[in-house]
Amino acid sequence: MKLTLRVWRQQNAEAPGAMVTYEVDGISRDMSFLEMLDTLNEELILGGDEPVAFDHDCREGICGACSLVINGDAHGPERTTTCQLHMRSFQDGDTIDVEPWRASAFPVVKDLVVDRSAFDRIIQSGGYISAPTGTAPDAHATPVPKPDADFAFEHAECIGCGACVAACPNGSAMLFTSAKVNHLNVLPQGAPERETRVLDMVATMDEEGFGGCTLTGECATACPKGIPLPSIAAMNKEWLRATRKVRR
Amino acid sequence: MTRTLWDSSVGKKTIMAVSGLVMLGYLVVHMLGNLKIFFGSDEFNHYAHWLRTLGEPFLHYEWALWIVRVVLVAAVVLHAVSAYQLSRRDLRARPTAYVHKRARASYATRTMRYGGLILALFIVWHILDLTTGTVHPGGFQPGHPYQNVLDTFSTWYGNVVYIVAVLALGLHVQHGFWSAAQTLGVGNATRDRVLKALANVLAVVLTAGFVSVPVAVMTGVVS
Ligand code: HEM
Ligand code: SF4
Ligand code: FES
Repeated sequence: MKLTLRVWRQQNAEAPGAMVTYEVDGISRDMSFLEMLDTLNEELILGGDEPVAFDHDCREGICGACSLVINGDAHGPERTTTCQLHMRSFQDGDTIDVEPWRASAFPVVKDLVVDRSAFDRIIQSGGYISAPTGTAPDAHATPVPKPDADFAFEHAECIGCGACVAACPNGSAMLFTSAKVNHLNVLPQGAPERETRVLDMVATMDEEGFGGCTLTGECATACPKGIPLPSIAAMNKEWLRATRKVRR
Repeated sequence: MTRTLWDSSVGKKTIMAVSGLVMLGYLVVHMLGNLKIFFGSDEFNHYAHWLRTLGEPFLHYEWALWIVRVVLVAAVVLHAVSAYQLSRRDLRARPTAYVHKRARASYATRTMRYGGLILALFIVWHILDLTTGTVHPGGFQPGHPYQNVLDTFSTWYGNVVYIVAVLALGLHVQHGFWSAAQTLGVGNATRDRVLKALANVLAVVLTAGFVSVPVAVMTGVVS
């Protein structure tokens, strides 16, 4: 395949950036999108140019590091992570636009790499449980009803990639935060911090400069792990419950 | 708790949902009341008079009406201020647009802010037209709403402004009702279809009910 790429290039956080056009040839349909970018970078390095910086780690769809907006879609046209997107989703001769996640809470570090540490701070403010150390507890010492376990697992799937924020017209982190809150709040292990968790994580989300939710649903459409839109309603319910219970 | 509500994006959205639902509840009753115009001048004017005597003798003349007005003004102000503040936050959170554009979300969803603005302007005009009579075309007669309504809908701009606003209301309610359910945490996967259907029914019934009045005046059904 022969492709025309228009890639966002930006030297550093302060420098202005721009879309730069590149041609790549000899791309196999079986390559992943990141392997296609590797091919581009090899050519750039051979030509004495600086390679395009982009985030990636596992390349297995589980770490959440890869983060590209491809033709306006976070993670591109398929419902998966960028690393699991294959070139067979494109046609020979296509022009493909590649941009970084856009949100003021995710400032561009360089080219296609953004700083997602705001997510870490949301996690730090409540995405943990208090567990006694020492000998491991007996199996089944804490029973969890099957529907609750399923609900927790569904939300535990979130890999923290930030596609939800990138896709949201308000740069909102409600889907990510709801995945983290719902995952722990439904479980008995998460019960001691049930109220403070949701209040603190939502407060940190606001402080980090993410937008609010207007229920456009773009986040759930982009999420590679299929965290559903009603998760946000479930978190709102937890937040309202906690607000009634906790006096601060 | 009040501070938590006002300071949090989730809390402010809750205020918006509750105030929106208060206005929505009022509008359903208002729309049904308006339909009395099809039973003629006497019945419509009598209904308007009854609204002022509502709650008597426990309440004084017009007190019930004033209570409703105060609640509605509070709802409109809270809703509009929250909408403005939340929209500011949303725009700040996404200052850079993508170079590659594509259509996003449904029409009703994308037009909530413009639609809200149209509704805000309409509310002001509507009160000045049919409540205070300040901008009413022709001689405004307090206590004779039937004639006043006929006057308004006998002008082309009266019809245009009203119908545009009602269409905006329909769109606003279509996304707003479902949206409020999510905000208040009553939405979930199983209820989603029911909530969306209810939002559509509310939007269509409200729009049709309100629009039927100017259409009836224009076509001479009500004269
Ligand atoms: C003063 C004029 C108004 C303005 C400026 C306004 C503005 C807005 C905005 C910006 C939103 C948020 C949209 C979003 O989240 O995407 C909204 C939501 C809403 N509006 Fe209005 N609106 C107005 C009047 C009304 C009226 C008259 C009703 C009554 C039917 C109403 C009912 C609602 C409801 C139920 C919501 C959903 C709240 C939620 O998402 O939780 N609004 N409005
Ligand atoms: S909710 Fe989905 S899109 Fe958002 S961070 Fe988690 S996995 Fe990524
Ligand atoms: S590189 Fe790990 S999820 Fe894509």
